[in-house]
Amino acid sequence: MDLSAINPAVLFASLIVAATPILLAGLGELVVEKAGVLNLGVEGMMIVGAICGFAVAVGTGSPFLGFVAGAVGGALLSLIFAVLTQYLLANQVATGLALTLFGLGFSALIGQGYVGIKPPPVSALTFGPLSDIPLLGTILLRHDAMVYLALLAVPGLWWAINRTRMGLILRAVGENHDAAHALGYKVVHIRLAAIVFGGAMAGLGGAYLSLIRVPLWTEGMTAGAGWIALALVVFASWKPGRLLLGAWLFGGITVLQLNLQAAGARVPVEYLSMSPYVITIVVLVVMSARGGRAAGAPAALGRSFHATH
Amino acid sequence: MIRRTLLATAALGMALAFGGVASAQALDKAKACFVYVGPIGDGGWTYQHHQGALAVKEAYGDKVEIAWQESVPEGADAERVLTQMALSGCNIIFTTSFGYMDPTNTVAAKFPNVKFEHATGFKRDHANVATYDARFYEGRAVIGHIAGKMTKSNKIGYIGSFPIPEVIQGINSYFLHAKKVNPAVEISVVWAYTWFDPAKEADAAKALIEQGVDVIAAHTDSTAPLAEAAKTPGVIGFGQASDMAAYKPSPRVASIIDNWAPYYVKRVGLLLDGTWEQAASWEGMPGGEVEIGEITEAVPADVKAEAEAMIAAITAGTYHPFTGPINKQDGSAWLKDGEVADDGTLAGMMFYVEGIKGDIPK
Amino acid sequence: MIRLEKRPTPSRFWTAATPVLAVIATMVAGGLMFAALGKDPLEAIRTIFWDPLFHPQFAGYSRPQLLVKAGPLILIAIGLSLGFRAGVWNIGAEGQYIIGAICGAAVGLAFYPAAGWYIFPLMVIAGALGGFVWAMIPGILRTRFNTSEILVSLLLVYVAQALLASVALGVLRNPQGGGFPGSRNLAQYPAAANLELIPGTGMHWGVVAAFIAVIASFVLLQRHILGFNIRLSGQAPRAARFAGVSPTALVLTCLGVSGVLAGMAGLFEAAGPSGKISIDFASGYGFTAIIVAFLGRLNPVGILLAGLLMALTYIGGELAQFMLGLPKASIQAFQGMLLFFLLALDLTSNYRLRLAKREVA
Repeated sequence: MDLSAINPAVLFASLIVAATPILLAGLGELVVEKAGVLNLGVEGMMIVGAICGFAVAVGTGSPFLGFVAGAVGGALLSLIFAVLTQYLLANQVATGLALTLFGLGFSALIGQGYVGIKPPPVSALTFGPLSDIPLLGTILLRHDAMVYLALLAVPGLWWAINRTRMGLILRAVGENHDAAHALGYKVVHIRLAAIVFGGAMAGLGGAYLSLIRVPLWTEGMTAGAGWIALALVVFASWKPGRLLLGAWLFGGITVLQLNLQAAGARVPVEYLSMSPYVITIVVLVVMSARGGRAAGAPAALGRSFHATH
Repeated sequence: MIRRTLLATAALGMALAFGGVASAQALDKAKACFVYVGPIGDGGWTYQHHQGALAVKEAYGDKVEIAWQESVPEGADAERVLTQMALSGCNIIFTTSFGYMDPTNTVAAKFPNVKFEHATGFKRDHANVATYDARFYEGRAVIGHIAGKMTKSNKIGYIGSFPIPEVIQGINSYFLHAKKVNPAVEISVVWAYTWFDPAKEADAAKALIEQGVDVIAAHTDSTAPLAEAAKTPGVIGFGQASDMAAYKPSPRVASIIDNWAPYYVKRVGLLLDGTWEQAASWEGMPGGEVEIGEITEAVPADVKAEAEAMIAAITAGTYHPFTGPINKQDGSAWLKDGEVADDGTLAGMMFYVEGIKGDIPK
Repeated sequence: MIRLEKRPTPSRFWTAATPVLAVIATMVAGGLMFAALGKDPLEAIRTIFWDPLFHPQFAGYSRPQLLVKAGPLILIAIGLSLGFRAGVWNIGAEGQYIIGAICGAAVGLAFYPAAGWYIFPLMVIAGALGGFVWAMIPGILRTRFNTSEILVSLLLVYVAQALLASVALGVLRNPQGGGFPGSRNLAQYPAAANLELIPGTGMHWGVVAAFIAVIASFVLLQRHILGFNIRLSGQAPRAARFAGVSPTALVLTCLGVSGVLAGMAGLFEAAGPSGKISIDFASGYGFTAIIVAFLGRLNPVGILLAGLLMALTYIGGELAQFMLGLPKASIQAFQGMLLFFLLALDLTSNYRLRLAKREVA
């Protein structure tokens, strides 16, 4: 075993990249859940984003347009969920699961002609000599634009949720939709917007996977990333800052165990891979034991809203 | 007692009604069916099996009809899919993953007149079940040679799926032949514990690259390790299962291609002639089942020539990749000078050869 | 503008008519998709919905297979429906199914190769216990610490999947399996096998258990005080508390029952149709059962029918794949559409659509 072969700075840099897809999708789902909606279809939206982004990037040669298409694809799929759950009052859990089933099938159908193709490359941003600063430069200043976008989205969303009127309304709708309705807010419209935002972010996360992280398209390539994003939101107790930590933890454990293996260490892979979920449960319990509200779960999470008057 | 008789009668009834003609007769027309574990669009394992199926159609034209089903889970669903295929009039059914072993034998018992061919397994409980596999380790020897010559850091990497004999044969063969041409070479093995998870495969490749590995071989199903290798100049890798030509000329400098077409065409041909018999086939380069894809110009001409000479020797049967002297990892002797490994030991290979560091996970 | 008005009681007519309408709508939308893929839409739809039931060559085999495929879905969905009615959201049945299978199979494998009538019943008990324990984790956390059972039960699915991989590669690995992951084949070990009880019918113990669960849950909800409490807690939680229903006991009962049924379903599958514990043993029955529970409107008879309908699309979808060469992806998308239409039209049984003028606020 030669652990000195592992360079902590390089490890941390690749952890940031590995965490980006689940961070994007997790931030989207966080907003959806803040609005009181539980959308279990993240996996489906991610993979549709992955193929839409891939197809458009290959077709146009522009990764930028690819990311736009990924976001649009995820958002369009989430619109199905939004219409079913918000206007037709279908159960959110069942609809979300159906969305994943449909997304996996639909993406594979569109993607039939895209197997074995290389997408246009995305280069890292250059910060000139700054990128060569030891440690910091390696960890933070050698990434592609999407990594920074995802990182900037964390404080951005924190600010939007906690410091703006829009965020206040969003939280009001998620905590008590009847009261929010009584105050004159359009509960359904706000939730619709949140769901579409969540879909777009999941789509971006998927496109990141197919355009940068792995650069290729194959059926089912998300391989459970959407489910991890869901767990992440809970881990973060609906706080963007903690979501970033969680994404690094969830993404980091895989990267770390693979690095340890490559260095020749014996790793109990299964126990390591279940550990983030166990930690999440413990965190949940500790928070809820400290008093119901501190757990941070939006009170109306998963409940349908129908205005009776 | 009654239950048993009923079972037997039912099986007989099914066989009489749907089993087709008796085995010894030649057929005018045949239906060949294929059960795949992944999607045809996986770009690797299942894709290559499907290419083999298409080759059967091309070889026999109107005489053969082909049908297939993709992404069949290796449990209860496999047994149903196989039964439905047999009922639909398939004369021969190829089951293309290890996990189909028990369902294949169970269904074969009910349809004695349908031929079953199971890939990579070892159970042949009934006369109508044959097994087939390919000697992928022959290909590993060739890319191991290239890896040993090409590495600058003297660190080569291997992404394994699961610690099973087939994968361990590959690791040993790859390492032995790298070591033969480059005694300083070291190998890092990373177990992904999955056959297919592009993001994880890419992460595994990345972990290896970050630790100084500059030649990566993979025994998982996607092109992700190559896609990752492409990001770092100077790192090379190999196509796995299919040619993965999109990554030519580098990082993909060569590839191991599973070519199932010769075997499928041959077996369906025997079926048409009425001469199909149970067999346990384990062919490799001589039979054309294992091929090395184009060695690109990224490989120096002399290395390419040596690799081609090795391919020729293995194809001609004059060289076996596991030829002694070879010691096991703990230093104990395995093969004496000039001794060649027997198939039984290879099929159950659960040990590393001397020089590989680390343990096989238990 | 269209307005929704809640019906005082669900409409019987629409409750019966919506599934039919949804299937027809799916046939139209799916037909368009199949046509776009260059296949004959009528033939594709006939293969999916008609052939498994009436095709002279297949039906004899695939009709019983409907039961095999529907059995675990129904068994799990019945357990879940009790909780869903009471507002207890167990969405981790997949985890309970996996743990039940592991525990039950472990007991069976521990006896290998002994013979004895008691082995299979012990496995069933172990499977039920495994599912029960796995469901009690979110149950106790919810009642003791007020932790959301939705999230804990979902998270425990991932833990169960990691455990499954661990035992399939480790303690339960078949010593004679050539080093491949996966356990011995329980279906080939007579004392532990869950085989067809009457050959050619598809009826194994899991299917029997599913039918018993349907009847028991029907009786429970109609006749038993517990069933009344469950319905009351779901519809009017405060009234339930005044009526003396203990929320703690109710949460634990609902989670416990669904865990037991999911765990048993896992064991029956592991010892019968699947035969072994392997890495990809979990095929999503626990999640699909949630959909089945809602499609059946949480009603035992509805769940029975919904489970059979789902099974039909699986089996018909398989036929369509190899008879017509349709890609698996199109079948998945087709199933997704069916679910969307069913969920969308569900509305009509609980709400009336009214054309109304915009209200003046």
